[in-house]
Amino acid sequence: MEVIRCDLVVVGGGGAGLRAAIAAAQADPALKIALVSKVVPMRSHTVAAEGGSAGVIRGDDSLDQHFDDTVSGGDWLCDQDAVQFFVERCTEEMVQLEHWGCPWSRLDDGRINVRFFGGMKVQRTWFAADKTGFHMLHTLFQTSLRHRGIERYDEFFVAELLVEDGRARGVLAIEMASGQPVRFASSAVILCTGGAGRVYRQNTNAGIVTGDGMGLAFRQGVALRDMEFVQYHPTALPGTGILITEGCRGEGAVLLNRHGHRYLQDYGLGPPEPWPRAKAMELGPRDRLSQAFWHEERQGRTIATPQGQAVHLDLRHLGARRIHERLPLITEVARTFAGVDPVTQPIPVRPAVHYTMGGIQCNRHAETSLPGLYAAGECASVGIHGANRLGSNSLAELVVFGKVAGEHAAAFARSQPAAPDRSLQLQAEAAAQRLLSLLGRERGERVATLRDELGDCMESGVGIFRDEAGMRAACDKLAGLRERWRAGIRLDDRSRVFNTEWLCAVELGFMLEVAEAMAHAALQRRESRGAHVRLDAFQARDDRNFLAHSLAWWRGDDAPRIDHAPVVITRSPPQTRHYGGAGNRAQLT
Amino acid sequence: MTHESDERRIEIECLRYDPERDETPRYQSWQVPFRDDMSVLQGLQYIKDRLDGSLSFRWSCRMAICGSCGHMVNGEPKLSCHAFLRDYFPGKVRVEPLQHFPVLRDLVVDQSDFLDKLESVRPQLVPRQPRTLAEGPYRQTPQQMARYYAYSQCINCLLCYAACPQYGLDDGFTGPAALALLHRYNADSRDVGWAARAEVANAEQGVWGCTLVGYCSEVCPKAVDPAHAINQNKVASTLDYFGLRKRLPPRGGDA
Repeated sequence: MEVIRCDLVVVGGGGAGLRAAIAAAQADPALKIALVSKVVPMRSHTVAAEGGSAGVIRGDDSLDQHFDDTVSGGDWLCDQDAVQFFVERCTEEMVQLEHWGCPWSRLDDGRINVRFFGGMKVQRTWFAADKTGFHMLHTLFQTSLRHRGIERYDEFFVAELLVEDGRARGVLAIEMASGQPVRFASSAVILCTGGAGRVYRQNTNAGIVTGDGMGLAFRQGVALRDMEFVQYHPTALPGTGILITEGCRGEGAVLLNRHGHRYLQDYGLGPPEPWPRAKAMELGPRDRLSQAFWHEERQGRTIATPQGQAVHLDLRHLGARRIHERLPLITEVARTFAGVDPVTQPIPVRPAVHYTMGGIQCNRHAETSLPGLYAAGECASVGIHGANRLGSNSLAELVVFGKVAGEHAAAFARSQPAAPDRSLQLQAEAAAQRLLSLLGRERGERVATLRDELGDCMESGVGIFRDEAGMRAACDKLAGLRERWRAGIRLDDRSRVFNTEWLCAVELGFMLEVAEAMAHAALQRRESRGAHVRLDAFQARDDRNFLAHSLAWWRGDDAPRIDHAPVVITRSPPQTRHYGGAGNRAQLT
Repeated sequence: MTHESDERRIEIECLRYDPERDETPRYQSWQVPFRDDMSVLQGLQYIKDRLDGSLSFRWSCRMAICGSCGHMVNGEPKLSCHAFLRDYFPGKVRVEPLQHFPVLRDLVVDQSDFLDKLESVRPQLVPRQPRTLAEGPYRQTPQQMARYYAYSQCINCLLCYAACPQYGLDDGFTGPAALALLHRYNADSRDVGWAARAEVANAEQGVWGCTLVGYCSEVCPKAVDPAHAINQNKVASTLDYFGLRKRLPPRGGDA
């Protein structure tokens, strides 16, 4: 087996992985950094983020307001020390991206423009039209090319984290072009592998968002934290789940039911006027908006489309010029994938799974409980999102904590003596053997069969609204699916060369275990908070018993063990979340 | 809900090639039921999920922004998520790997040559006077941004390379997307790095490799117009040759 020796392995080449690699290379230009990803970096899902990235810049904004919006948006489940650390570093990272060339949208005088997002008191979202993630990703990729210490391994699928003597010591990967196993031997590993939204049937996520990194850490005994909190984005296209950015509402778009009524006023987010207005109506938080859709659908006030029920996102009053200038991608997406022109017709939208608030437990230095293992981006749970992530905090998170992870991992890697090689090699060979054995199975089910049943099971049991019976049924179903996965997947493809069916089967193994962590953590949370809302006896937030993070611990073939850990509160004691109410009309720039 | 009677079927024919088994590429066809909103990519996914799991192709975002799923669709370079089965019915759809690239497997091509070319154009901002983070962002008016913005929209999908006859004849040519990216930085009011990029731009295999066919701009799914970017650099390259580049009037925001 080929062995690639380096100081640091970064798994994932999206926004967090690239930022981590650049930070590590800057911290120590002599460091050998392997950037390992199952796709070419520009294909990473960061590319699809549309609306923008948070960073306090206006005179009427403050770090305290960013802190408060984040903590209340998260329904007080955020670690406030981590939030403070985060808000203090967002703006300088936005400036850093600007210095690297990112084409942030500007005011007429050449200064940076910022827009509204839901749950925000003041405009704080830096944006590059409605292709913010795309521009950030390409800027980071192009910047990474100037660092000689970064060696890219594109289309290498990481299948196992290698641990020796209680320390992360590299990974086992499959080179996709050849199907050959490769061992990366390193002194530190940073996981930047993104979320797990693909465990749900209707989602806004790219096909690659399968929770691999979460599964890698989980299997090595690192806890997955707050996994029950899965964000439904309120505005995705029905059927495909393609995202229609919150930036639309930030520019003043409204949501209408079948009667042309702005229904959010009936769910504690009104009154509708004046509009637009901070933290009200369509600029309420994502969890509340998605929940309101569900009620409208139950009451028969949504609109039937060939792809299922929807409501209307109406941009028409913004006018053609503003729509084309600020929302070019949405215009194109609506035309191509929904067959409507947003200048003249409303866009049909509905909620779809968008983001995993939880992830690999780590502290604000991106360190996990396993020495040498770091995590950043959506795969990580650094504690800033709580029970519901504030829109535009996720892109900022990539660069703020990507940088932190790169710097800390670089320092750690330099301080480590070389690991004993032999036992790591044996581990890698055993892992490779398990992977290769999947290719030879004569009997079993199709990957798509299990994957689709998984998606439906999560959608019905661990969706926007939950109850005891539904979550129990989902847990049972997941145990059955895991058993069927172990019993065998039958592959049509026996080739070693670019065998994506084989790798989908490996991904499915990660997805099932990550989904199980979500379902069991949800079942154990006997309250409603943020994106976790129950319709049974636990409809209220219960700070006495559940102002606590959930931790899911891997237990092999058995369901995970769930326990709870305290939340860090520094200056903001839990209060009722308040949205809507009277307020002034916002001046949009 | 789709009713059985509404369901139409279309023939999708794909190039197959597995270097472990096939001496030469072959073609294989499937009948795929489809609805009006189904893309060619969704047709390929239907085949992979239900009919033949061994068909290999790249895809990810399914909304035309990640650049993964470029294929030749009935002979034209297209993003398969952005091409719709209804537009080919009742004829068949033939899906092949992007031309001009070595085929790794089925519809998957080797894109490493393209990635090396992207790197070669030095796609990084070179400021006249570097600012510290504390000094904040550079100023750039919307008009200054408009000079390069279209060229920053490239998603690296490789369609323009599959369209470019010059690249087909000689893959030494730097090619449309990489040269458009070079121009994106040259045209940025914050950047003074054109001299460092001139070596690539002015080379035989740089802008002068282009013979002005313009098919690259036609197939671009993001309206980047690489042909225009290349030709603007032919002017700059000529001025460079005669030592006239410095006489160009300063651009707004250069001060």
